[in-house]
Order: sequence, then structure tokens, then C-alpha cells
Amino acid sequence: MNNASEVFDIRLTVNNIEVVQRVLARMHLADFLREELGLMGTHLGCEHGVCGACTVRVNGEIVRGCLMLAIQADGAIVETIEGISENGEISALQKEFHQRNALQCGFCTPGMLLAAADLIARNPGANREEIREYMSGNFCRCTGYQSIIDAVEVVCRGKAGVQQGGI
Amino acid sequence: MPFGGVVKASAFSYAKPSSLSELFDLMEMYGDRAKLLAGGQSLIAALNMRLASPTVLLDINGITELSGIEVKGDVVRIGALTRHRSLEQSAEIKKHLPLVHKAMPFVAHAAIRTRGTFGGSVAFADAAAELPACCVVLDANIELASRKGRRIVSARNFFKGLYETDLQPDEVLISAEFPKLRVGYRSAFLELARRHGDYAVVGVAVHGKFQDDMFSDISMVFFGVADRPVHAVNAGRALESARLSPSTINTLRSAVSLDLETYGDIYHTAETKLHLAKVLAGRAVSIMALGRET
Repeated sequence: MNNASEVFDIRLTVNNIEVVQRVLARMHLADFLREELGLMGTHLGCEHGVCGACTVRVNGEIVRGCLMLAIQADGAIVETIEGISENGEISALQKEFHQRNALQCGFCTPGMLLAAADLIARNPGANREEIREYMSGNFCRCTGYQSIIDAVEVVCRGKAGVQQGGI
Repeated sequence: MPFGGVVKASAFSYAKPSSLSELFDLMEMYGDRAKLLAGGQSLIAALNMRLASPTVLLDINGITELSGIEVKGDVVRIGALTRHRSLEQSAEIKKHLPLVHKAMPFVAHAAIRTRGTFGGSVAFADAAAELPACCVVLDANIELASRKGRRIVSARNFFKGLYETDLQPDEVLISAEFPKLRVGYRSAFLELARRHGDYAVVGVAVHGKFQDDMFSDISMVFFGVADRPVHAVNAGRALESARLSPSTINTLRSAVSLDLETYGDIYHTAETKLHLAKVLAGRAVSIMALGRET
């Protein structure tokens, strides 16, 4: 890509499906997922990296979907809330969120779940303070933080003890 | 949806050079119409909001020689493209540059640290950012390159003002070299923010010697208080050969008042920032002396 252009063909894997698509250089990854692929689970709140609603996973690491260009995901493995919901990876987290009503309007939930799953994968024994710190990059405008942290904490405790089926 | 339906940024072209020489070709071709894209954690936000509208983005993420942490002799070299996450997790950074290790959790949030780069933060020079302050307090040398060659600038001369550095239009930030931690030296890093991970209201980085219960060779840098990281020279002098005591803290607080000409912002007045800086300075040297990990 040494020649500057406004349009590129990109090839990437999204939720285990190979995608080849023509994109504008200026389209960010979250808009690409939503508008080009119809994956509406990745939400857009602030579009400048503050709110965390657009959190997705690229090559195994969480990123802000609004702060990465679609073209930068060329060749990457991208996972969205749809992918990690359907494969059962976050079923335990989803169950605890549901039980505690840790979502009110639900707008922040996909980003919260991606961030929480990342924390649990990296630091399954995280204490409440560490959970709060890790989740600090995600806003809940309904201010449902206590029950969100509660839900993540319950799953962390389960993980720290006996290994369970899913996060 | 027709092709290219939803976009926020104004139109730009994109190129991804795979070497510095290709990058210099492109920089010559486009001049000031081009912007370099590293981690993009500030630039893409600015593009989305149309605060920046370059003609072309030159994505340097393919220039692999710019990435990595290297320990050689008495120095640690951090390549410009090194991600915050790599710094955060590096055992070598923890051992040889504990101050940088302590600063990393304050740099935004996990999902931003995975993309954001060391060089991006230093070159962007946000006055409230952590890494420029680390460079200044540890007296790092910043390596810059252009078609004409390379040059080294002391971090203490590199930051010129708000988002302003000594980096020239034809130059690229390559790396920074930090002196390794020496025997008897310690550090502390503290920051106040409205939310963990947000830009600092006030932050302080301290590094220096504390041996036989006595401070010496102390460097203290404040960030988030002025247009660039501020090296508090009087504060360092006030601590020379001092022991930790209430009177040392009082002397330090007076020295900080001499060092800082704080700027207010929409949330905090200049007076509030000065007060908070003095409080943080006292806490930071106490933590240093008591050897507590923070």
C-alpha cells in the first residue's frame, strides 16, 4: 500500500468468516462492521475513544473500533459481540449481567462484555478494585456500574476457583 | 447502503510505507498535507470530529524497525512504535525503568493502550499526557530522523509548548533512550484524574536518589498544569540532602509554588491546580522515601 489512495480492497476475518470488501480509507472499523457488514452490536457513542461502546477485539486484543481505520484491519482477525456471544465464550458473563440487571438501556453492554471478557482472560483472579480499574474505560450512562462490577466479580470468583465452561 | 455510505472523517488518501526511506519519499511528495498515523488514538479521534483534515495519512505501522524495547549497556531504548501495552507488560521496563512501569496504568484505558504508541504520545505532546513527563524527568534523549540524517534532542529541550515540539516537518520520531535505573535511585508517579485513565488534572513524576534516609539528585516533573511537562528545578533543590519530615514537605511545597505557573482549564482554576500539585508533590516524595510501591 505504498501508493496513496482513497479506496482499498481489504481482506479480514470477522467472527470466523472471511470478508473481502472495498472500503474508503476514511471509514473507521466500527462503521465498517455496522454499515458494511450489518453487525450492529458494536455501538458508537462518542467516536473519540472516551466511552468504550465500540470495543471490539482485533488479533486477540481489545481496541476502540472508532479509533482504528477499517483499512488497518486488513489481514486481521476481528471479533465482535456477535461472534463471542454466538460461540458461547461469554455465556457466564451474560448470565450474571442478566441476573443482576447489569444492563438498563443496554447501549454500553457490548463494550462492557468485551472489556470484562478481556479482563477475565488476562487476570481471572482480579479483585473488585482491579475490576473497577479495568472497566474504567467504559461508560454506562444509566450509571449501572455497581451491578456491572458485581457481575464481573462473580464470574472472576468462579474462574479463580474451578474452571468453568465459559467466561 | 451505497458504497462508502457512512463516514465521519473528511476524505483523505492513505499509504502504508514499509521502510523509513519509503516514508521519507511520501513525506517529500505531500509535505504539510500529510499526517503520520501511528497508534491513532488521538489522530483518528481528531479525524472523526474533523478537527484534522489531512490530504493523506501515512501509516507508519508497517515500519517494523520502529518498534521494540532494547536494553544495551546503561540505556534502555524504546522504539517509537512500541505499544503502551508492551511497555506496561515489559519485565525489562519494570526492572530498569520502574517509573515508566508505574506510569503505564495511568495512560488511558486497556483498549487504548493496545493501539496507542510511545512515539505517538511523545510527538503529540499533550500537556497532560504521562509519557512526555516520564521522558523529561528521566532526562531521556529523543532520536529524530529525516532524509538528511539523524539527530538527538534532550527531552528537556524537546517539548516547546501546547502540542508543540522540536520535531521538524521533515522529521520522524524514531526512539527515546533512557538511562537505566542506578543503585540507590527510586521513583514515584502519581496522578489525579476525574476518571481513572482520563487525562490528568495534575500529575507528578519524581525520580532520584534516596539513600541513608536522605534525598539527593531529585528530579520532579509536573504535567497537566501548564502547556508542557514542567521540570520543577526548585523542588529538586529543596530536597537536596534533606530527610523526610514535615518541614521538608513544607519547604518542598514552597519550592513547587516557585516552579509552577499553572494554567486553569474549564474544570479547575490555576489556584486549584497549584494546590493539588503541592499536595501530590508531598505524597510522591513520601512514597519514595517509604519505598511503597505505587
